[in-house]
Amino acid sequence: MTTHAGVTPAAAVPPAAGAARDRSPNRRRTSWAGLWFVLPFAALYALFLLWPMVSGLLTGFTDRSLGRDATSFVGLDNWAELVADPAVWSSLWNTLVFTALSTPPLVAIGLGMALLTDRARRVGWFLRFSFFAPFLIPVAVVALVWEWMYQPGFGLVNSGLTALGLAEVGWLSDADMVLLSVVITTVWWTVGFNYLLYLAALQGIPAHVYEAAALDGAGPWRRLVSITLPLLGRTTALVVMLQLVASLKIFDQVYLMTDGTGGPDYAARPIIQYIFESGFPSMRIGYASAVSYMFFAVIVIVSIAQFRLFVRKEESR
Amino acid sequence: MTAVAAAPAAARRRARRPRITLGGAAVTVAGLFLAVTWLIPLLWALSTSFKPEAETTAVPINWLPLEPTFEAYRSVLARGDLLRWTLNSTVVSVLVTALTLAVCTLAAYGFSRTRFPGDRWVFGVLLAGIMVPPQVLIVPLFDQMTAIGLVDTYWGVALPQVAAPVMLFILKRFFDGIPRDYVEAARVDGAGHLRVLWSVMLPMSAPVLAAVGIYTFVQSWNNFLWPFVATTDPALMTVPVGLGTVQSSYGILYAQNMAAALLGALPLIIVFMLFQRQVVRGVTDAGLK
Repeated sequence: MTTHAGVTPAAAVPPAAGAARDRSPNRRRTSWAGLWFVLPFAALYALFLLWPMVSGLLTGFTDRSLGRDATSFVGLDNWAELVADPAVWSSLWNTLVFTALSTPPLVAIGLGMALLTDRARRVGWFLRFSFFAPFLIPVAVVALVWEWMYQPGFGLVNSGLTALGLAEVGWLSDADMVLLSVVITTVWWTVGFNYLLYLAALQGIPAHVYEAAALDGAGPWRRLVSITLPLLGRTTALVVMLQLVASLKIFDQVYLMTDGTGGPDYAARPIIQYIFESGFPSMRIGYASAVSYMFFAVIVIVSIAQFRLFVRKEESR
Repeated sequence: MTAVAAAPAAARRRARRPRITLGGAAVTVAGLFLAVTWLIPLLWALSTSFKPEAETTAVPINWLPLEPTFEAYRSVLARGDLLRWTLNSTVVSVLVTALTLAVCTLAAYGFSRTRFPGDRWVFGVLLAGIMVPPQVLIVPLFDQMTAIGLVDTYWGVALPQVAAPVMLFILKRFFDGIPRDYVEAARVDGAGHLRVLWSVMLPMSAPVLAAVGIYTFVQSWNNFLWPFVATTDPALMTVPVGLGTVQSSYGILYAQNMAAALLGALPLIIVFMLFQRQVVRGVTDAGLK
C-alpha cells in the first residue's frame, strides 16, 4: 500500500529516471477508467457485505420476524432483552472459554510440528501430508468421524482408556467434558493451518545464520532457543491473532458433533449457534441481528486490543 | 589430481547429510510418531468403512475388519445423494472460484495500475471487510436473499462467497510488484488496460493466481454455515451440508457413515495430492499477507 510511486511529484524524480517517465506522462493520470475494473468487486461487496451490515444494524432495532410480514420499530427493546438474556451470556462465555482453551495448543502444537518437519527432512513429505490433510476435510466429515470415536464402549477413545485400565469418559454426554472434546477435535482438524504458516517462516530463515552459530559452538538446543524461536516472534504474533479470531467464530463442529443440541444443558453452545437459533428456528430476525451486532463488537474489541498489543511490542523492539 | 577433486566432494557429501546423529534420529522418530498419531482418526474411519455393520460396535474393538466388505460403500453409492451433493459442491465451488478470480483480478489491477478519484478511500473500505466475519452476517444476509429470491439456488449459495477482501489484497500486492517497464512497454505499443491485464499481468501472475484459485476452491468446498442456511432442499445441498444433516440422521450405521465421510473427503485429498505446492502457497499467502 506504500507503493503509489505515481504520487511522487515530478520535480522530486532524479533526472535520469525522469527521462524514462516522460515517455508516458499520463501513466497514473487520474481518470475514471480504473473504476470499471473495481466495479464488479465493489458491487458484490456492497450487495453481500455492506448491505447486510447496514440492514442488520437497522433490523436490530425492530421486531422483524420470518413468521409475519409486518415489522415495527421497537427502539432498544432487543438490546435490553439481550442484556437480560442468560442464554446470550452463557453462549458467549462458551465461545470465550473455547477460544481460551483452543488457542494455546493450536499455536504450540503447530509450532512443534513445524520444528519437527524442518529437522526431519527425510520424512518431510509424510509429515506435511499427515499434519495438514485434516485441514482439508469438510467439517461434517470431521464431526462424523469424531462422534464415532467418542462413543461410549465401542468408541476408539474410550476403548483405549479401558485398555489402559482407566475409566470411560462421557466425551459428548458429560456437560463438563463436551467443550473440551470439541477443543480436542478442533486442534486435530485445524492445526495444519498454523503449522503451514510456521513451516513457511522456518524455511525463510537463511541457513547461514545457523551455520554461523554452529561455528561458534552453539548446539541444536541453543540454536533453537537463541535463534529460531526469537526469529519466529512475528509469525507467532500473527498466528495468535488469526487463531483468536478463528476460534471466536466457532460454530460448525459444535453444532454437528452435538447434533444441533449444543451439548447437554447447552454446555458447549457457542454464541453463533444462539444467533442461528434465534434467527431461524425461532424466526426472530430482529433479535438475532441485535445479538449478532453485540458479538461483532466483541470481535472488533478483541482484534483492536490485539493489534495494539502487537504494534506496541513491535515498536519496543 | 584425483585427491584434490575427491576432498571437496567428500566435504560436500558430509555437508549434505550431516543429520545421521542420535539427536537427528530422535527428531525423525518423534516426527513419525506424531504423524502416525495424527492419521489415526482417518485410518480408523477407513478400517470401519470396510466392516459389516454388526462388527462396527464390537467390544473389544478390531483394528482391522475381520470380514472386509464393500457393503457400506455400495449402500452409500446406491442411495445416490452423496453423488448429488458432490455435483452441487462442484458447481458451487467452480462458480465461486471462477468469479473470485475474475472479480478480484480486475479490482486488483484497478487499484494497482490506475488512479481514479477516491481510489484509496474505496480500497480502504473494501479492505476493512477482512475484519468482518461472514458468520455474524448470516441472519441479515438470509433475510436479504429471501427478498431477492435467491434462497435454494446455486447463485444464492455462491455469490456471497465471491467478494473476498483477502484475495483482492494478495493479488494487488503481487501486481504492485510487477515492474512498471513491462506495463509501460505495452502501453506505449497502444495496448488498452484490459489488454495489458490479459497479456502482460496475468501470464506473469500464474503462480499466485493458482494459489488464490485453489485456496478459494478449498474454502468454498468446505464452507458449512452459509450453504447450510441458504439451502433447505436436499437436492441442492453441498457435501458438508448433506453429510452434516442428512447422513448423520441415518444414526447408528457407522460403517456407512464412515464410508460416506471418506468419499466426501476424497475430492479435496486428491486436489491436495495433485496441487500440494499451490495449496500450501495459497494457505501461507492468505495467512501471512
